[in-house]
Amino acid sequence: MSGPNTSYDPVEVAALDPQAVDDAVSAALAAASSAGTLDELRAARSAHQGDRSALALANREIGALPPSAKAEAGKRVGQARGRVAAAFAARHAELEAERDERILTEEAVDLTVVPPRRVGARHPISLVTERVEDIFVGLGWEIAEGPELESEWLNFDALNLGPDHPARQMQDTFFVEPADSSGLVLRTHTSPVQVRTMLDREPPIYVLCPGKVFRTDELDATHTPVFHQFEGLVVDEGITMAHLKGILDVFVARLFGAGTATRLRPSYFPFTEPSAEIDCQCWICSGTDASCRTCRGTGWIEVGGSGMVNRRVLTASGIDPDRYTGFAFGLGIERSLMLRHGVADMHDIVEGDVRFSTQFGMEI
Amino acid sequence: MRVPVEWLRELAHVESHVRGKDVSETLVRLGLEDEGVHGGGVGGPLVVGRVLTLDPEPQKNGRTINWCTVDVGQANGTGEPQGIVCGAHNFGVGDLVVVVLPGGTLPTPDGSFQVTARRTYGHVSAGMICSERELGLGDDHAGIIVLERRLADEPGVLAALVPGEDAIALLGLDREVVEVTVTPDRGYCFSMRGIAREYALATGAPFDDPADIPVAAPNDGGYAVRLADEAPIRGRAGCDRFVARVVRGVDASSPSPSWMRRRLTDVGMRPISLAVDVTNYVMMLLGQPLHAYDLDTLSGEIVVRRARAGERLTTLDDVERHLDREDLLITDGGDVVLGLAGVMGGASSEVSPTTSNVLVEAAHFDPVTVARTSRRHRLVSEASKRFERGVDPAVADRAAQLACDLLVRYGGGTVDEGVTVVGEVGTRDAIAFDVGLPTAYVGLEYPRAEVVATLRAVGCEVVDRDGEVVDVRPPTWRPDLVDGPDLVEEVARVRGYGEIPSVLPRAVGGRGLTHGQRVRRLVAQTLAQHGLVEVLSYPFVGDELFDRLGYAVDDPRRHTVRLANPLQDEAPLMRTSVLDTLLDILRRNVARGARDLALYEIGLVTVGRPDQPPVPIPGVEGRPADDVLASILDGVPVQPRHLALAAAGDAVPTGPWGDARRVEASDAVAWAVELGRALGLELLVRNHSRAPFHPGRCAVITLADGRVVGHAGELHPKVVGALGLPARTVAAELDVDVLVEATGTPVQARPLSTYPVAHTDLAVVVDDGVPAADVAAALGGGAGPQLESLTLFDLYRGDQVGEGRKSLAYRLTFRAEDRTLTTDEVSALRDSAMRAAAEAVGAVQRA
Ligand SMILES: [Zn+2]
Repeated sequence: MSGPNTSYDPVEVAALDPQAVDDAVSAALAAASSAGTLDELRAARSAHQGDRSALALANREIGALPPSAKAEAGKRVGQARGRVAAAFAARHAELEAERDERILTEEAVDLTVVPPRRVGARHPISLVTERVEDIFVGLGWEIAEGPELESEWLNFDALNLGPDHPARQMQDTFFVEPADSSGLVLRTHTSPVQVRTMLDREPPIYVLCPGKVFRTDELDATHTPVFHQFEGLVVDEGITMAHLKGILDVFVARLFGAGTATRLRPSYFPFTEPSAEIDCQCWICSGTDASCRTCRGTGWIEVGGSGMVNRRVLTASGIDPDRYTGFAFGLGIERSLMLRHGVADMHDIVEGDVRFSTQFGMEI
Repeated sequence: MRVPVEWLRELAHVESHVRGKDVSETLVRLGLEDEGVHGGGVGGPLVVGRVLTLDPEPQKNGRTINWCTVDVGQANGTGEPQGIVCGAHNFGVGDLVVVVLPGGTLPTPDGSFQVTARRTYGHVSAGMICSERELGLGDDHAGIIVLERRLADEPGVLAALVPGEDAIALLGLDREVVEVTVTPDRGYCFSMRGIAREYALATGAPFDDPADIPVAAPNDGGYAVRLADEAPIRGRAGCDRFVARVVRGVDASSPSPSWMRRRLTDVGMRPISLAVDVTNYVMMLLGQPLHAYDLDTLSGEIVVRRARAGERLTTLDDVERHLDREDLLITDGGDVVLGLAGVMGGASSEVSPTTSNVLVEAAHFDPVTVARTSRRHRLVSEASKRFERGVDPAVADRAAQLACDLLVRYGGGTVDEGVTVVGEVGTRDAIAFDVGLPTAYVGLEYPRAEVVATLRAVGCEVVDRDGEVVDVRPPTWRPDLVDGPDLVEEVARVRGYGEIPSVLPRAVGGRGLTHGQRVRRLVAQTLAQHGLVEVLSYPFVGDELFDRLGYAVDDPRRHTVRLANPLQDEAPLMRTSVLDTLLDILRRNVARGARDLALYEIGLVTVGRPDQPPVPIPGVEGRPADDVLASILDGVPVQPRHLALAAAGDAVPTGPWGDARRVEASDAVAWAVELGRALGLELLVRNHSRAPFHPGRCAVITLADGRVVGHAGELHPKVVGALGLPARTVAAELDVDVLVEATGTPVQARPLSTYPVAHTDLAVVVDDGVPAADVAAALGGGAGPQLESLTLFDLYRGDQVGEGRKSLAYRLTFRAEDRTLTTDEVSALRDSAMRAAAEAVGAVQRA
């Protein structure tokens, strides 16, 4: 291709003329900036940067120049091509960003349309029970369970409720047919689980017995014939009523809130001696509101019964009452739920309406 | 028990500034339950007024009001007549009435309200003329109080009344009554004597025992009484002491004194006649139930005996009672039944206005005998309440004496010299009591002196024995004090439970929740996370439910435990599946407007057995013998813990996201399988047929070893119809205990291969009746251990495979532990899987 330079005529290589190069650059820059889409830009690029573009032709002509002219022409064309390339690249980046933004805008979705994924829930009675269990497990206790249909002996006699005890009569207890000989009842408390535990193992015993219990009450706003309670039992050497008070104070503070304490009042239960009613400080008004509906202005809420395990109960369970002492207490889950969460009507708890469970979710 | 404060003041030196509220708090601190304070809600000025003028003024609303002026003396500060509007019409000019002036307060159910002068019916009404109800004196709201009528039997008081004088004391409105509940161990608190003793115990005030009165000594000249109980209950005679006294020439029509009537009213009893009022009054004072007989209706000796078969008695409440052989009776001469001992007398020997000779009975009856009779006849009386809880046997002769004295004082006549006392007051064994026990039991220091002093104040005799042990003989009125802890309670409650410190005991450290407890929580949690809502139901069902569920006659789930006294007669059985009661909850939710539902319940079911043996009840004397204990524990029916779920409506509703998808049988199966996976168990599913499910849409879920976990599917359309459930309701019932047993051993980890996986697809054609699970099992077996997963991605029925056939397309994923599998190896494994399927279920590879 290259021949002797003597025949070179600079007029014939007009493509390398500085003016022509400048024009080509201007045209290319104009084309780049006027391209409105990536496709237009691609077409412009091919026209101004392609093999047949003016600058490509100019570049090719450089080879034909005499060595003395090559350097200058090469520099001029190289710079021109660089400017054009940069302009196209910049415009490309611009158009790409515009396109990306447009796509994201187009892809926008109204996320306030939430597909109704079915939401499940635990029953709050279960959740409160588990919460109570966790408090005691955290104290190093264990959870004990037993049957709901229970032997009369474990439900009554072993707990010092003799055959003529009023609680054993028809008006409180569901008896299994034939009532006078089956020896079976629906347990009226979870205390038989305490007896089973004591029959089963040696002290030290630190157990919580939660579960379903039954009394022949009609369902109304505050009573249900099938309800849940939890009873605690400790049997160990040197256990005192002060320990009972200690456990109850810690428990109510953890379930109902720090600063909530308990008060014991003398009472009577056949399975404990001495016996005590448990009152809990009103955590709604702390006793400051005479019209408080939760505590009826007394500052205290009756929450359960307790006492030192009766010696006869220890004996019936095979535990030496001269060596060991123990305490027991019982509180209601429904009552705790009603008090803690402001449930006004027992019907809502027992009727199985899904709206009741779902409002609590899975943590209480 | 209602405790008039004024009466208590007399017995226990209650200081004058002490109000009912304070008395109540004191008694509650000692162990009586607070039931509120009655009375005392009226604040002055409440004065006597005389009606001067009364002008009826008809109103537009049809009512007529009276515009009155009332002389209230200087009580209004001016001495001018007081203008008052009154709506009642039962009084007239000149009557003495009770007026509350502005500034006075009247009781309301929630507290009290203050009376002010107010404009009404065109007048300024400066106060109110009061009715009984407004003052909390009674229920009579219709008429206002006219003092001439109210005080008719106290003419002296009436004559002395002057307008303007204070009416609060006149009407007894300053008298408060404290109401408390008496726990079963404190029968002695069913008397003013006992309450006063408690109050004095709390305050340290002196206590004057009202039973401390001179009593005539027993002799042989009294009315003949014979105790002839030939069938004591548990070795305890029905009656161990019987006192009889006779008063002759009483005027039974004499009125009871007004103080006695007032006290009876205050404690909630209706004054009736002198003889009855005296016996009631003495009972309220001393706790000893008394009975007064018309002596002239009696003919022979009094015999106390058990009833004979077929005997009857018409009690004072006019009910004819068929007597039971355990009932203890008071009889005349052994033949004529006079009453149910300690419960209620009969009509025939009742004292009447014409009675002049009275026999007073004060006896001590066995608590168990009285309690059984009272329950048997559903007859609770003031007497039975006391005998059931234990009456002081030593007070009988004093009570009889006091009753006779009162009869004579207010009704005239004379007391016979003959005094009948049959039976002795038994002496009680002393309790050897370690004076350190209260400290050891309560965790609070009780010095020896305090322990002894408290026990003496309670009424015990305390005698030093040796060292720390003393002999304690409880008083006759405290049958509940039998061992050390009973005495500890006395010491602790008198000091006050409020002083007991709070000390956290240190448990030895438990093992946390058991495996079973954790599994149960996980099951519940997993189902909730899958969108099911936990509910609870009562576990009671009716006989006909099992027919509605389509159980066969010999279905073991028909073996139930039956309650003798069910809540509802229609539901006397314990459920044998949780579904039994869960389905009713589903129906209730639908009835309340819910449409798309998925519920679950975890609970116990009861496995009844046809040969259920009676479970022994060995009493409370000690730990039962091993064999007895074993038959108790084994006699309790098995109660596995089940999980039931039920769902209806749409799993996904129609919406912008697409069409609805109904809940279907496979959802119930999937929930069960996913539950297994959450527990690390691969549960197997087989088609099955079992009530209450659709015969073609039921699966049995098993463990790998074949043990049945439960069943899932769509309910039988007939069941759906019979129970009123939504169409196509699906359900499952699983045995949680089986899941618990199947898990719990630590899972052993497999090493993970990091060589690449190889996929290959395989479509096989089988008879339509071949379950997909069987095809998958055969393919899996043939593919060998390098098969990592097998996924069904297409199921086709149609022309291309022919009638009665179906095509199942699977993706097989292979991976070797030690190398990259070659294409040839993968093809060979796939062919091996195909051969196994061909052999096992007749599968043909689809071209
Ligand atoms: Zn409060």
